[in-house]
Amino acid sequence: MLFTIENTTAYCYTGGKPYNPSQPTAVFIHGAQNDHSVWALQTRYFAHHGWNVLAVDLPGHGRSLGTAKDNVAELARWILAVLDAAGAARAMLIGHSMGSLIALEAAFLAPDRVSHLAMLGSTYPMKVSPALLETALKDEQAAIDMVNIWSHSSIAQKPSFPGPGFYAMGGARRLKQRIAALNPAHVFHTDFFACNAYANGEIAAASVHCPTLFIFGARDMMTPPKSTRLLTEAITHGSVVQVDSGHELMAEQPDAVLDALFAFAQTAAA
Amino acid sequence: MSGPKYPGFDTLSLHAGAAPDPATGARATPIHFTSSFAFKSSEHAASLFNMERAGHVYSRISNPTNAVLEERIAALEGGVAGIATASGQAAMHLGLCTIAGAGSHIVASRALYGGSHNLLAYTLKRFGIETTFVDPRDVDAWRAAIRPNTKVLFGETLGNPGLDVLDIPQIAALAHEHHLPLMLDSTFTTPYLLRPFEHGADLVFHSATKFLCGHGTAIGGLLVDGGTFDWQAAYDKTGRFAELCEPYDGFHGMVFAEESTVAPFALRARREGLRDFGAVMSPHNAFAILQGIETLGLRMDRHVANTRKIIDFLLANPAVDAVSYPELPSHPDYALAKTLLPKGAGGVFTFRLRGDRAAGQRFVDSLKIFSHLANVGDAKSLVIHPASTTHFRVPDEQLEKAGITQGTMRLSVGLEDADDLIEDLARSLKLSQKGA
Repeated sequence: MLFTIENTTAYCYTGGKPYNPSQPTAVFIHGAQNDHSVWALQTRYFAHHGWNVLAVDLPGHGRSLGTAKDNVAELARWILAVLDAAGAARAMLIGHSMGSLIALEAAFLAPDRVSHLAMLGSTYPMKVSPALLETALKDEQAAIDMVNIWSHSSIAQKPSFPGPGFYAMGGARRLKQRIAALNPAHVFHTDFFACNAYANGEIAAASVHCPTLFIFGARDMMTPPKSTRLLTEAITHGSVVQVDSGHELMAEQPDAVLDALFAFAQTAAA
Repeated sequence: MSGPKYPGFDTLSLHAGAAPDPATGARATPIHFTSSFAFKSSEHAASLFNMERAGHVYSRISNPTNAVLEERIAALEGGVAGIATASGQAAMHLGLCTIAGAGSHIVASRALYGGSHNLLAYTLKRFGIETTFVDPRDVDAWRAAIRPNTKVLFGETLGNPGLDVLDIPQIAALAHEHHLPLMLDSTFTTPYLLRPFEHGADLVFHSATKFLCGHGTAIGGLLVDGGTFDWQAAYDKTGRFAELCEPYDGFHGMVFAEESTVAPFALRARREGLRDFGAVMSPHNAFAILQGIETLGLRMDRHVANTRKIIDFLLANPAVDAVSYPELPSHPDYALAKTLLPKGAGGVFTFRLRGDRAAGQRFVDSLKIFSHLANVGDAKSLVIHPASTTHFRVPDEQLEKAGITQGTMRLSVGLEDADDLIEDLARSLKLSQKGA
């Protein structure tokens, strides 16, 4: 599904179903150097079980044109513009890693428009080491490989992603390479910069009143569960689910993540 | 910034795609001999069928044992997905027919295994898919053969049996210039000697029967999607590959390129090709091939070492007219092999025996360790006379172009003691010349 946001083409994967204004809407927001396809084993289910799915490609990523944004607040406003374009008054926001900060900030900017907030593989502050930032700028392929290795807890997670016979670590590497090929303007560095610079997390988290779910990977080296206390203590009504996974938890534990998200989606909206 | 490292080749050979069985703790990958898999509920069944969840439904589409093999070969090749098929021929057919149909055209190297030549020249032609064969070393010929309806460029990493080394970077660049993928048969090189995706190829397949299995016990094929080719970009520019970029009526209007940014080819190959053509690998064979892959690196080193010793011997033997192996300066691809095959040019090569057809028969019949049969890549050493066996349907003119004569012998060097192999060859070469 294509929209025009800020005079530029924006793409949302809808899970194989057309947008239906009578249904609730779930917006899936990917992390750094990724696109909508990281949600393949969550979005299609939602779309076939009564939900509109808008799995975005953020600006400058995948099929969405334009320049990647280095500012979480701008990205949050872009997500709200997607809701406007789709005609969705409210939506459940589901974000992974950098996408989780965007979802959090959108909930801060427009609390009335966010029915549920789900933050996966999240932490705050989401600091990126100067060395990784520099590598992303000077040697993007090296940065891709570092993050890809750190993001996977295993070379044999089942049932694999997006299905049997697929090598999840290889697929994740290729996706990051494809994002770089489609947009050579250092998207990875831009995304990391946005994560690193985001400073409104505590205030935003304190403002959240909608139902909130955290899903963390027990073996996540990028956003370790022990680093998430600031978020979970700020959103005291949030529930926490921990899955046996690294940072790529939608791929490494697709069913556990889906089941947690879909059960959460059934809870009453704020 | 020094960073973490991916697991090495031998580690992946042993572990990629496999973990101790969660149900039993079995360390080896179990053989899941089952046609089908019980659903947890009707709702679970529907979500599996609709690709809302990942899992196994029916062993023609996927099987846990096969999946380990598929993920392992994908990891070893540096690709994104593998598909285990009933044979190497089935892998080739699945790969081609996922993107080609009636009215499509293929440009292929003319230095191919006879079975691949048959499929392209005769059988696919019957279904409306035409192939133009070109000299693999003539890039202008490849370029000139490309048509608006061309769907793929096709070759072998090492041509069979002349061991033409395909200039993968050059042919891949040409393919990509025309928004086409390059598909390669990598059977002779295996990912241990050559990883084609690192040089620009997009799709790879193996006859896993050969070096990957390594024991001559199982027939099987593996198709690997490198995840490198941007099908959507090619579709946007040329209109080709609607199979991957437009809604597919055969699967709920699914647009494979939207479902997976990097692996729409593998999705369609499994969801359509395995489902409908049905040429799937038996889980038993997948297990046998997995056992072979566990020692692939060790075996390939020994295959290459033995081959080098035997070639040194043959070069000095008066019964031998010529030896063709890319590591020899006399081979036309000597320089290219140094670049693409630094670990070795494999365990298969040809030599030309002095004498007539009868000399060849005496040679083959005198061998005691080398087995006379139509296979390569076994742990045991093998010999065959291509002109009368693997390539007997290929016209003489094309045989000559592929570098095959009536005196050509193909050896597949195994893992035996090299001295024993040399002794076997020495005695048989001597006998071959008696009565000449």
